[in-house]
Amino acid sequence: MGRKNLDMIARHSPDGHVRPLAFIWDDGNKYTVDTVMDIRKAASLKAGGFGLRFHCRIHGKEKYLFYDSDVWFMDV
Amino acid sequence: MRTILHSDLNYFYANVECFLNPSIRDKPVVVCGDIESRHGIILTKNPIARRHGVKTGEAVWEAKSKCPNLVTVDAHYDQYIKFSRAVRQIYDEYSDQREDFGIDESWIDCTGSTKLFGSGETIADEIRSRIKNEMGITASIGVSYNKVFAKLGSDYAPPDSIISFTEDNYKELVWKLPVSNLLYVGRATSKKLALLGIKTIGDLANFDAEVLHRHLGVWGIVIYRFANGKDESPVKRTGESSYIKSIGNSITAPRDLISKDDIRKVLYMLSESVSARLRSSHMKCTGIQIHVRDKDLASCDRQMTIKTPTYLTNEIAEKAFEIFEKKYNFTKPVRSIGVRAINLKDANMPYQLDLFHAEEKRMRWEQLEQTIDVCRERFGYNSILKGILLEEPELTHSNIKDEHTIHPSGYFKDGKVI
Repeated sequence: MGRKNLDMIARHSPDGHVRPLAFIWDDGNKYTVDTVMDIRKAASLKAGGFGLRFHCRIHGKEKYLFYDSDVWFMDV
Repeated sequence: MRTILHSDLNYFYANVECFLNPSIRDKPVVVCGDIESRHGIILTKNPIARRHGVKTGEAVWEAKSKCPNLVTVDAHYDQYIKFSRAVRQIYDEYSDQREDFGIDESWIDCTGSTKLFGSGETIADEIRSRIKNEMGITASIGVSYNKVFAKLGSDYAPPDSIISFTEDNYKELVWKLPVSNLLYVGRATSKKLALLGIKTIGDLANFDAEVLHRHLGVWGIVIYRFANGKDESPVKRTGESSYIKSIGNSITAPRDLISKDDIRKVLYMLSESVSARLRSSHMKCTGIQIHVRDKDLASCDRQMTIKTPTYLTNEIAEKAFEIFEKKYNFTKPVRSIGVRAINLKDANMPYQLDLFHAEEKRMRWEQLEQTIDVCRERFGYNSILKGILLEEPELTHSNIKDEHTIHPSGYFKDGKVI
């Protein structure tokens, strides 16, 4: 149980919104975010952090990605 | 009828540390001031540590003797401020009238928001739930029609819950509580009330107001009104910065102060209280301001900076006396005098060490003063006093800290209760 900071590629729009596009994992592969289904402020007990929580579908799998203080992370 | 919430983040520092580090959540955890040196003091504990008998304010070695597998964590003030700010942003979505009481407590006046968001209880529960879901920490929230009862509510409510004290239930729920639970009723006032046979808030509420006035002055009337739910004090609006800006104590002496010796004694007494309050708020000051009023009621303020942030009585008192000697024209007897610690900094933040100052000696003084705090907590304020104050007890024998706690907003105007 813990937190993993991600090497994330994100889009920052002119109105200040942020969207995760893809991240590069330890295996060197790039995992694209297919869709973002929900965005809200939330805490991750598993990761021990809080921020903006993006409920995403990545390569068919659903996962939460968190954004806080310019860092992207997920629970592992 | 107002709707006031008081939100209190449960065992805040420990809660934040356990949230940030999942591996310690099921262990007894304490957050300490300075665990590197042997002089570490417990700032807060989680419920597991509490069950082992660990107490806030005791030394780390003491706590470890009760609980050998205690996990000690250094305070991370940047994180606490981050969490505190984020929680306050949640509060601000429900009202612009928020008054903070330290880093982990706030009053929120929701009177104007009930039409939009629902009853006080609905808002309180929504806030409680949001804090848990969005921040991963828990709060207790009291709901009532005045600040005093709202704070009693948050003290009374278990972690992660809300409680409502209404006009219909307060006699049943609030009046049975010990009178020392009432806001601003500390050890000294409780003792005085006990001598009058007052043990519970209900005893106080039903007591003779005249007799209270005779024994406790205007203060007696204030707490009498608190006990009867008649606290009218407003929740001040959200300001730029809600953190404590200064801590001061002043006194109108029982007789005019005519010599430098008199002044020095009273400054010491006031400085003791100011420094104890600084320590309990985890703050140090980098400036001292004195306020002097002479027998003709002409008054002035004078101040100086202190190079190294401090919360030690000696340093504050000596500085105050230095200001008095250098900057005040002492030609008339002094009627009242005050000491204020200004330009406050967090006590645990690093500061530039003064190479020419005896840092080790200063750390020993800090440990001594913290020990004095613990003694007073257990045995009463007057259980341990500075020698200089024994010279003239009538002048200096006052428990300034507990008897004259300063309010976030004024209860008095021109000596009358407002």
